[in-house]
Amino acid sequence: MSEKKLGWKSLPIGGYLLEPGSAMKYKTGEWRAFRPIIDQEKCVNCLLCWIYCPDSAIIRLEKFVDVNYDYCKGCGICANECPVKCITMVEERR
Amino acid sequence: MAKVIGLTGDEAVAYAVKQCNVDVVAAYPITPQTIIVEKISEYVHNGEINAEFVCVESEHSAMSACVGASLTGARVFTATASQGLALMHEILYIASGLRCPMVMGIANRALSAPINIHADHSDMMGSRDCGWIQIYAENSQEAYDWVIQAFKISENPRVLLPVSVNLDGFILSHSMEGVKVLEDEEVSKFLPPRKPVITIDPTKPITVGALCLPDYYFEVKFQQIQALKEAYNVIREVNREYEALSGRKYGLLETYAMEDAEAAIVCLGSTAGTAKAVAKELREDGKKVGVIKPWVYRPFPEEDLIRAIGDVKALAVLDRACSFGAPFNALCSDILGTLYRHGKDVNVFNCLYGLGGRDMTPSDLKSIFNEALEVAKTGKIKEYVKVVGVRE
Repeated sequence: MSEKKLGWKSLPIGGYLLEPGSAMKYKTGEWRAFRPIIDQEKCVNCLLCWIYCPDSAIIRLEKFVDVNYDYCKGCGICANECPVKCITMVEERR
Repeated sequence: MAKVIGLTGDEAVAYAVKQCNVDVVAAYPITPQTIIVEKISEYVHNGEINAEFVCVESEHSAMSACVGASLTGARVFTATASQGLALMHEILYIASGLRCPMVMGIANRALSAPINIHADHSDMMGSRDCGWIQIYAENSQEAYDWVIQAFKISENPRVLLPVSVNLDGFILSHSMEGVKVLEDEEVSKFLPPRKPVITIDPTKPITVGALCLPDYYFEVKFQQIQALKEAYNVIREVNREYEALSGRKYGLLETYAMEDAEAAIVCLGSTAGTAKAVAKELREDGKKVGVIKPWVYRPFPEEDLIRAIGDVKALAVLDRACSFGAPFNALCSDILGTLYRHGKDVNVFNCLYGLGGRDMTPSDLKSIFNEALEVAKTGKIKEYVKVVGVRE
């Protein structure tokens, strides 16, 4: 995660979240151990990955799909479900 | 003119709670705390206080209800003892972690097994690291005075931590004594309605109790460490203000005959009363002994303790709860740690006493004082952890 994290002096007490809907700000993509890579040439835009993704991290484009790596945790369900096997899971190197 | 009324320890706590204008009390009865809850439910039933009394099915629910009530900005009280406190254990950490001001009366009682309803400190000591401010009273008067002060400490925006006021089961909870009480208006003036810092409010939604992972959890816990540190100052301020109102002086600890003492006993709660009486007797025989009684156990009164110890050569530290398998019991460990940290070399021995309500008699205390004097003279400790009065 690139943004600077707040220290104990600036964080709200008790771990409170003072604004609603702030989960979007928490980029959970950092948890990922494997990164889904989509071969967009092979993608038939069936959207099964989009349906199965537990984190709504599949982005619908006009002719194929993409991945929102800010939130994709790399579970690999998309790769498993893809009927044309256009998604490969590649180990993350940080 | 101060009014004096006859109150047991439990009744004194309930009376103080009544005067503190609590909004919510969620509690479950357990011996020897039952009278506190009974009295409060009576006050509510008679319309003497305008509070919501939540009858719950367990202490786990009682503490959970208190957390919720405190988050709405209410002034909250509960009471328990022994197994009840043990059942609350999980939620005690949530109350302090979510920074919920509230006060809990604990009529200290032994933990099962074997089942026992009498006084020792196993219950509170079992939850001593729960992040609560922990206060021990010596008598009903102190229990009354500390409950009123506890609300003010707990609700202070610099603290926002729950406070427990401990009183020895039966020895205090069920013994009647004359208690000097304040007028209702005096208490109301000392303790105005709570001004919450952050509350749950449907018109301004916030999230409380969200998942907090390795990247933030430690910072939030560190805030608690800092709040407990700040509590030292707030407790002192509240004590001063309360003294101006009541004429009764409180602090982080109390000392008795410590000025030129060579040996001293350190103990919590009602035992300190007996220890003071015995020290007085020994002083009449020319023996230089004193007593140190921490009122506040968490945050631990390190600096006050070092000052109180002064040039004392030997300390007997009395613990009424067993830390099974530990080198020393809880209070003694804290004192040894404090001495080490302040580079102070004092001969210390630990006495484990009074489990399950076994009486600590004046003659027991006399022999502990004499042993401490002997240690002060010779510099030699015979037994680092002495067990008082167990039959072979």
